[in-house]
Amino acid sequence: MGTMTIAKGINNGLRAAMERDPKVVLMGEDIGKLGGVFRVTDGLQKDFGEDRVIDTPLAEAGIVGTAIGMALRGYRPVVEIQFDGFIYPAFDHIVSQVAKMRARSLGKIKLPMVIRIPVGGGIGAVEHHSESNEAYFAHTAGLKVVCCSNAEDAYWMIQQAIESDDPVLFYEPKRRYWDKGEVDETAASRPLLEAQVVREGTDATLVAYGPMVKTCLQAAEAAAAEGKNLEVIDLRTLSPLDLDTVAASVEKTGRTVVVHEASTFLGMGAEIAAALQQRCFYHLEAPVLRVGGYNLPYPPSKLEEEFLPDLDRVLDAVDRSLAF
Amino acid sequence: MSDNAVASTGEKAGATPHEEEVLAELTAPVPEVGDGGPEMVQLLTPEGQRIENVEYDEYVKDLSDEDLRGFYRDLVLIRRVDAEATALQRQGELGIWASLLGQEAAQVGSGRAMRPQDYAFPTYREHGVAWCRGVDPLNLLGLFRGVNHGGWDPNEKNFHLYTIVIGAQTLHATGYAMGIQRDGDVGTGDEDRDAAVIAYFGDGATAQGDVNESFVYAAVNNAPVVFFCQNNQWAISEPNERQTRIPLYQRARGFGFPGVRVDGNDVLAVYAVTQQALNAARSGNGPTFIEAYTYRMGAHTTSDDPTKYRVSAEVEVWKHRDPIERLKSYLVHTQKADQDFFDAVEAEGDELAVTVREGCLNMPDPTPDSMFDHIYVEEHPVVEAERKEFAAYHAGFTTEGGH
Repeated sequence: MGTMTIAKGINNGLRAAMERDPKVVLMGEDIGKLGGVFRVTDGLQKDFGEDRVIDTPLAEAGIVGTAIGMALRGYRPVVEIQFDGFIYPAFDHIVSQVAKMRARSLGKIKLPMVIRIPVGGGIGAVEHHSESNEAYFAHTAGLKVVCCSNAEDAYWMIQQAIESDDPVLFYEPKRRYWDKGEVDETAASRPLLEAQVVREGTDATLVAYGPMVKTCLQAAEAAAAEGKNLEVIDLRTLSPLDLDTVAASVEKTGRTVVVHEASTFLGMGAEIAAALQQRCFYHLEAPVLRVGGYNLPYPPSKLEEEFLPDLDRVLDAVDRSLAF
Repeated sequence: MSDNAVASTGEKAGATPHEEEVLAELTAPVPEVGDGGPEMVQLLTPEGQRIENVEYDEYVKDLSDEDLRGFYRDLVLIRRVDAEATALQRQGELGIWASLLGQEAAQVGSGRAMRPQDYAFPTYREHGVAWCRGVDPLNLLGLFRGVNHGGWDPNEKNFHLYTIVIGAQTLHATGYAMGIQRDGDVGTGDEDRDAAVIAYFGDGATAQGDVNESFVYAAVNNAPVVFFCQNNQWAISEPNERQTRIPLYQRARGFGFPGVRVDGNDVLAVYAVTQQALNAARSGNGPTFIEAYTYRMGAHTTSDDPTKYRVSAEVEVWKHRDPIERLKSYLVHTQKADQDFFDAVEAEGDELAVTVREGCLNMPDPTPDSMFDHIYVEEHPVVEAERKEFAAYHAGFTTEGGH
């Protein structure tokens, strides 16, 4: 048991996976000596060598495309994309090749690879450095999409993603990289594809993942001061979506607010709201509400606090839900 | 100002005669119906005469007469499969077909140069390479008939699935080659162990970013990969001059590895050049780019009409360079094969065509619920829920209809 940041949790998780399985290789730009732009791979090249921690040329399609070939040869590549907004040159390989190769081969091929993407805004970055594009990939059959929100999950989920025989997109909330938390490196981990109730409550359910989990927990604290008892769910997995956990909570509270950074239009919240109204229609006391980014390109950083859901916008939605 | 004045007199400041030569070479227009130019490696003329080549002769010197007859058999049989598939498409049995007519030598020459442990990453026209790797032609037809996306086990034949997205497989090939390096299966000197990868693509694919990125990755990693471009002169309706300003094989130099142009209709030359490149890769000397200069005699696929975009005179020029006739002339005048042999191959082709036709017509449709199979290795609740929903929906018809 120790306290560490999310970044360190992922670093330790990568290290553990590499020690356990010599077929695990890391690939990405600047992940070697520099340790990645967020230092998530810090020290790994020194300890595992340049053949296993591969500094690649600056070309994202090349990173993912060659990782596919490595996986076909029996390796378990873990690629790092520097920022969410740089994934698009590799989009074709992810949706057309990574996602489909198993089905195309009638099950003869498996592609055990992980694509790590630092996601979201809130760090005052220039454009293309703050995007939330998880819905593109969650929409694509053949991929698994997960997102960690705390150090404990960071440590365990990255290892589980690497151990998965299916390709996994692993989102890391970049503005939470330096948040610290307890990590028990000996405890049994919870399943990768399972949501978790991170705060119990009775009046309404907040559903979030990644960077918004912390925001929702803060909102729940603030609401508690006003006598409202909110349940908070950390989805953890976006594809497959663990609807059972969400539905069980909604059947208890009758009210749901889904919170994410991505634009609400056709975002994860749209899927969750639609699924809940089909499944929990008679339990709902209010329509499922969504709080997310506006349907805009991510704005200049001086405006990002207006764009991103914050504690007040979450609480406002809770009030609207409770008013039904 | 005086420097400019000197330059304007025609004496280019600082440019040596050699540089001017290189520049002229680099900017020379691509011929409309070229013959590949003097730098193209050729061991058999279109008339089937053997040409000596100091550099490449050694790669064919050990070929027996039986080997050569084997090449001929490959060329004829895969052309027969191709013709039958084209006919099946015209009769509505295949949704579409991408014919290899005219490119048999490029595929058989390179395919036969591979060792069992080498790995091929094809595009969607490499029927001849598939043949050399032992993939059942019916598996190729299955893709075009729509019963699957490629029914063979890539690791059983070391022949990856066809890739439709242009050029994507060149990166997969490069990554696979990087895996071979890490397995230590390069440069050991063990003929049964050292391995290489060959990535197939067309002239149109050379415009793709993926292909250029694969060149970069292969170069900086010194990966054991051979890039095999079948320059069949046309990317659907776009000719070479819409794709490139320099001969394609010359591009390799800019990425830092050798490029060679070979007569793609000369099975011996293709075999020799590919042997050399694969040997180099297997022994740790990195990638080679091969431009097999050839011609797509038919349409891009059965869906297009080449008479709309190219003139028949061009096709006539290339008929004279036919890969099968060329090898046949050579075998005849060197008395390496007799009429009985040619008749036997012809008869074998007829039998194969019947097998392909019957196999195609008898190919079972996949069961409807099989579309839910193999999406993930591990069980996925959304897929399983939809599979059940689908089954229940269909079960409803049988109980309601009472059939």
